[in-house]
Amino acid sequence: MSTATVEKPEAGAADSAASHKITVTFRIRRFNPEISADASWQDFVIDIDPKERVLDALHQIKWEEDGTLTFRRSCAHGICGSDAMRINGRNRLACKTLIKDLNPAKPITVEAIKGLTVLKDLIVDMEPFFQAYRDVMPFLITSGNEPTRERRQSAADRERFDDTTKCILCAACTSSCPVFWNDGQYFGPAAIVNAHRFIFDSRDEAGEQRLEILNDKDGVWRCRTTFNCTDACPRGIEVTKAIAEVKQALITRRF
Amino acid sequence: MTTENTTTPASGTTAVEGERYSPENPAPVIEPPRARTTRTPRSTRTNFELYGWLFMRLSGILLVFLVIGHLLIQLVLDGGVSKVSFAFVAGRWASPFWMAWDLIMLWLAMLHGANGMRTIINDYAQRDNTRFWLKVLLYTATTFTILLGTLVIFTFDPNIR
Ligand code: SF4
Ligand code: FES
Repeated sequence: MSTATVEKPEAGAADSAASHKITVTFRIRRFNPEISADASWQDFVIDIDPKERVLDALHQIKWEEDGTLTFRRSCAHGICGSDAMRINGRNRLACKTLIKDLNPAKPITVEAIKGLTVLKDLIVDMEPFFQAYRDVMPFLITSGNEPTRERRQSAADRERFDDTTKCILCAACTSSCPVFWNDGQYFGPAAIVNAHRFIFDSRDEAGEQRLEILNDKDGVWRCRTTFNCTDACPRGIEVTKAIAEVKQALITRRF
Repeated sequence: MTTENTTTPASGTTAVEGERYSPENPAPVIEPPRARTTRTPRSTRTNFELYGWLFMRLSGILLVFLVIGHLLIQLVLDGGVSKVSFAFVAGRWASPFWMAWDLIMLWLAMLHGANGMRTIINDYAQRDNTRFWLKVLLYTATTFTILLGTLVIFTFDPNIR
């Protein structure tokens, strides 16, 4: 800031905090259907501590520069999955991406995730994504009487699907998948991950049904093992491996 | 401080008044092709895609040997490509072993390639009509080539001249 030198004599503490800051350009893909049919890039140059996250930068822009900037966020700690966006060409959670990890010397691009309808700025219509999620029946299905106590499971049985329980439904994987970009009928990695979570759960009894659903023409066989989903997942889930395990279960079930 | 990219569209100056958008009259959003909805068709309960996927892997392995063997024999060993003539082909097809080799290679390569093309069409053709006609073209070409090749292998006459 231009006032930094003026403040120096009286506010030493404020100055040392300010000196951490660097100047970063955020190049944000803006779209507002109420103004224009075209999306465009807008640059915001802000002073920010590089140890802050991209989400903090977006806050700073929204709160201090341009209140019309629109994005989703809720928990701000990588748990709710609302702020997946394409940052420097890669899908990440804005709340888990530190500015210093992004080469702040160059403009940092921020845009909405791909393959879903952009409604405004960084907000997309998640409905097709959640429709695919609903279509794999992501809930426990059992038969018989409900036990009086909990449904017991060995530690090894729990471990079998541990990786896929970590999904926060952020859509970073599905919206990084080139098959999904071109054909929204494909279930997408996130739906398969959440089907995997129940297919390999020893307490669940509808694994067969879910396998049957994913055996269809828009199911797991459309996966090209591009590994974009594994790279994108902010929870570190081995998404492509989960998909491969579903494929394997389908083949061993058949032969 | 904020620096705005002045990204006025090229037609900015000549914009028709009717193209102005407002909260009451928002611009259309761009929907991705073939989005999933509640009306997306349910499972067809066939194993076609499973067998297709397996076929690609298994035929791929076989084709590696068949094609590399074929290329070696035709182009590298024994004087290379200059030795290939009508008499050379006639000599090879006198043996049922080479007939079988070429027949299997023809069928596997054509089906492998056609299935790969089918996948590509599924991935890239956005409109249902485009999909349909591209696939019609693909299946016609594939059937024609397979039938013609098979016919030649079985009805080959070395004394044709
Ligand atoms: S698998 Fe990972 S990337 Fe995909 S929706 Fe779940 S948390 Fe997000
Ligand atoms: S805001 Fe909740 S995951 Fe980032």
